[in-house]
Amino acid sequence: MPDQATPTRPFAARHPSVLWFIAALALFTLGVTVLSEATGVGLISTSFVKTLGKMLCLCLVAIAMDVVWGYCGILSLGHFAFFGLGGYAIGMWLMYARTEQIVLDQMTNEVLPPTGTEIKDAIGAQIFGVVGATDFPVIWAFSHSLTLQLLMVVLVPGLLALVFGWLAFRARVAGVYLSILTQAMTLALALYLFQNDSGLRGNNGLSGLQNLPGLESVPQAQVSIWFFWGSALALGLGYLLFAWVVSGKIGSVIRGIRDDEARVCFLGYNVEGYKLFVFTLTAVVAGVGGALYYPQAGIINPAEVAPIASIYLAVWVAIGGRGRLYGAVIGAALVSVLSSWFTGGGAPDVDLGVYTIRWTDWWLVLLGVGFVAVTLFFPKGIGGLFDLVAHRVAPVRVGDYGPDDGAKRKEEGPAE
Amino acid sequence: MLRFIMLALVCAVLLPVTGRAQDLQKVLQSHHAEVADPGRRTVGVVLDDLLASGLPGVQTFLERWQDKEVAVRVSDGQFFYAEEAEDDTYTLFAIPGAETVRTGVSRDAIEEVKPNGGVRREIRNALVVFQLSDPDIEKRRDAVQAIGRSLKPSHLKSLQAAIPGETDPALKARKTRLAAYLVARYGKVADARIAAIAGLSDDISVETRAVLSQILEARPGVAEALPRDANIARVLEPGSDDLSRAEAYARLVDAGRARAVVNAADIRDALAARIDGARVGGVPVAQLDTQAARVRAYKVLATDGAVPPLVTPAEQARALQEHVFFEVYREVDSRITDAARDAQASVAMRLAAGKAVDLTLDAMSLASIYFLAAIGLAITFGVMGVINMAHGEFIMMGAYTGYLVQLVVPDYTLSLVVALPLAFAVTFGAGVAMERLVIRWLYHRPLETLLATFGISIALQQLAKNIFGTQARPLTSPGWLDGALVINDVIQISYIRIAIFVLALLFLGLLLFVLNRTRLGLEVRAVTQNRGMAASMGINPDRINMLTFGLGSGIAGIAGVAIGLYAKVTSEMGQDYIVQSFMTVVVGGVGNVFGALAGATMIGFFQKGIEWFNPSNTLAAQTYMILFIILFIQVRPKGIMALKGRAAGD
Repeated sequence: MPDQATPTRPFAARHPSVLWFIAALALFTLGVTVLSEATGVGLISTSFVKTLGKMLCLCLVAIAMDVVWGYCGILSLGHFAFFGLGGYAIGMWLMYARTEQIVLDQMTNEVLPPTGTEIKDAIGAQIFGVVGATDFPVIWAFSHSLTLQLLMVVLVPGLLALVFGWLAFRARVAGVYLSILTQAMTLALALYLFQNDSGLRGNNGLSGLQNLPGLESVPQAQVSIWFFWGSALALGLGYLLFAWVVSGKIGSVIRGIRDDEARVCFLGYNVEGYKLFVFTLTAVVAGVGGALYYPQAGIINPAEVAPIASIYLAVWVAIGGRGRLYGAVIGAALVSVLSSWFTGGGAPDVDLGVYTIRWTDWWLVLLGVGFVAVTLFFPKGIGGLFDLVAHRVAPVRVGDYGPDDGAKRKEEGPAE
Repeated sequence: MLRFIMLALVCAVLLPVTGRAQDLQKVLQSHHAEVADPGRRTVGVVLDDLLASGLPGVQTFLERWQDKEVAVRVSDGQFFYAEEAEDDTYTLFAIPGAETVRTGVSRDAIEEVKPNGGVRREIRNALVVFQLSDPDIEKRRDAVQAIGRSLKPSHLKSLQAAIPGETDPALKARKTRLAAYLVARYGKVADARIAAIAGLSDDISVETRAVLSQILEARPGVAEALPRDANIARVLEPGSDDLSRAEAYARLVDAGRARAVVNAADIRDALAARIDGARVGGVPVAQLDTQAARVRAYKVLATDGAVPPLVTPAEQARALQEHVFFEVYREVDSRITDAARDAQASVAMRLAAGKAVDLTLDAMSLASIYFLAAIGLAITFGVMGVINMAHGEFIMMGAYTGYLVQLVVPDYTLSLVVALPLAFAVTFGAGVAMERLVIRWLYHRPLETLLATFGISIALQQLAKNIFGTQARPLTSPGWLDGALVINDVIQISYIRIAIFVLALLFLGLLLFVLNRTRLGLEVRAVTQNRGMAASMGINPDRINMLTFGLGSGIAGIAGVAIGLYAKVTSEMGQDYIVQSFMTVVVGGVGNVFGALAGATMIGFFQKGIEWFNPSNTLAAQTYMILFIILFIQVRPKGIMALKGRAAGD
């Protein structure tokens, strides 16, 4: 293998795209910082900084999706659920801590200083009043502690992915069956969260997450740029992590699993273990992405976790180009920004005389049709354009049809 | 001799009648003010007396009173029936005989009695008793219904009298049942009541259950020892499921047998009211931020006598120990309550059996809906292996086709007849188009088929939203599908669900026929098993794939019409079924129509079963069902009906 023939070459030299990406991300972050209200000339509004920050988080979950799907061949329709779980985990602390402050402020006028139980009861009544409850459910046991809740951001999606993945991979569920099963898991989670007695405020979700406890005096413009930096940092680190994972021996094995699972299995690799590792790792990264996303969005509710969101995630990755990390970033950034431009009324209406096309109504039609076209005609996605620049031509190897044709049977491959 | 006795008998019968006949006027005179100027509250006395008198003319009088045909003669205060003649004079008829007394009475000589609406309603209720034996069956029915609405002991006698003469069997049964209710609840003879109660034990209607629970009405009691003479329903142990210790103590407090507990809020209020400088009971206020400190301060106040002392747990336990908690029946005769309890147990058992049957029917109807939604997928996904995420949107297209047909064809039955084949045609066309344009390029990239069809799904959904708007459109079922088949109070099923069940069976048969008995079916099976071999046998695999996909999509369209009949037609209706449909196929076993049937049956029954345990929460039922499916696949990865042999493809 070429990688082992030149072990002394540094990682960055072997993967120039990583350097390029980090440079581009740094440039982008610098640009937004200079143009923002809080730290620069103020050309970009606070809400747009938030949109860009959220976009970076979506890029993070998109590269996780790319690793699990584009590299490992598992079309998971559940990664946005892990994203949402991360958001819920951090949201619980944000909501608890902020409500605690409100309650304490209210109680300063009381004749007697409040006891711990009284404070806790008052917080419970505030938070769960909308669903007709007052007591704290068991799952809120750690919500008072930021450290523990941050741990939950990683543990909850990680454990769910571990258990689910173990069950699914052990039963040799693969291909479209696995996709449907992950979708079912997502649906079950969403339905569970929709219940009022789930302990997470049902349909109402968690709200007011943009207000950081203890930082009420800091303007939102400042908070938004902090979160933007945090998201950029997380994306950069996530990119490095995944670039490292997919470049080494693990990367070779998981690509092998994608292209011919049986063969990798016969070579003596523990296919289940590799799949489980990739599935769980990407779920954890998705959770971290969610924990950064929802404080910028301000609200999280069960609709965010619904199966459709996870399918959109797959759509972004497919449009951007599977099997290359920067492709996923391009897809997620482009589609999410386009989507908010079209649905936000930014795109001008097209007057056809007999009918006016309003993009708020027609954007989804355009996305759906465009997506079908990409799948049919540009299976490499937008990222494939970079191959033209780099003059990268995939070597024709018998039995290896690359990321796009990997699922083909031998008889459908190109002539040998 | 015989003749003499007969004569004596006739006299005995006739004399009192003629003697009493004049008494109706007397009865009326005794309540002169209430009859002449009746009020809703005062009229009850008159009505009771009239009914109690049992006089023959009472019914006529009440009817004519209600119809404002009674007048009082000003000169002597006598009551008459009055009819207005053409020349503005009145003709008076005697009460009760109705023979003409005088004609041409002027308007000034009499005063018409005009009961208001409330009084007339009271009179109508009183008349119910007479209508029980009315020759008009409608009147009898109304009367029985009126009695059933509010059971009164006074109805019993007339009800029992009206049973033997009843000709309509249903009405007779109803009268007998109402009489039994009345005997059971208000009867004077204990043995008769017990017999009536025992007769109720095979009836699970709401009414019977209400009657039984009214007989068994109990009130809570607390005493130092169990009363000897009371009819005790049960003894409650404090700390059991039926009576927690806190509730038991609260009962003692309510009964004035114990002091109320001083809880945290009471302590806080007491302390807050007694702040002396910056201290309460010697404790600085700033230190009162723990419950322990507050209790300490409160105890100091209590020793000073400023507040009542705390009720210690030991004191509570002693109070509970010293008392016995029980429930005592309002009915004093224990034989009657025993009989009612037996009857109630028997009714409860029948009720449980009825509910089980009802639940089974519900589950079957849910299963048939899932089956209808999934059967198209069983072909496209199960047989062809093509994942079609737009299947739900085909269901939606079928439903909207039905809606559009109803806009054109106003007759609901006819429109349904038109809509079913039309929906099939529309979605068949859509399916064929989709197969030709998209799917056939992706046959060996199943994951991308999933995503591409998802793209089509969101486009179609948004398109429907743009055309039809976001609000739900009605798809009205024909009149003969309205209502429900009611077997008894517990078991009932709406006709529309039966229709869907029949439709599902019909499709199962049709599909089995097409797949197993026709040329097309043979070719479909050949192509799915071995495409290359089928092609070399002269079958055109492209054509077969196209037709199979069209068939599966067409069935989705018909399912859409059926589902639209009982659910709302919206652009998102397909989404509600897509995951469940895939689950149905996966659980049932891919590649097999019977698999879809088994999967739908299992999922339907399972979901209803969970809803039974937790009826208020259908969301939870769906959550648990999906979790169950995920676990089920661990046990049987290939579904319930796994294909065996070469067709399984591995």
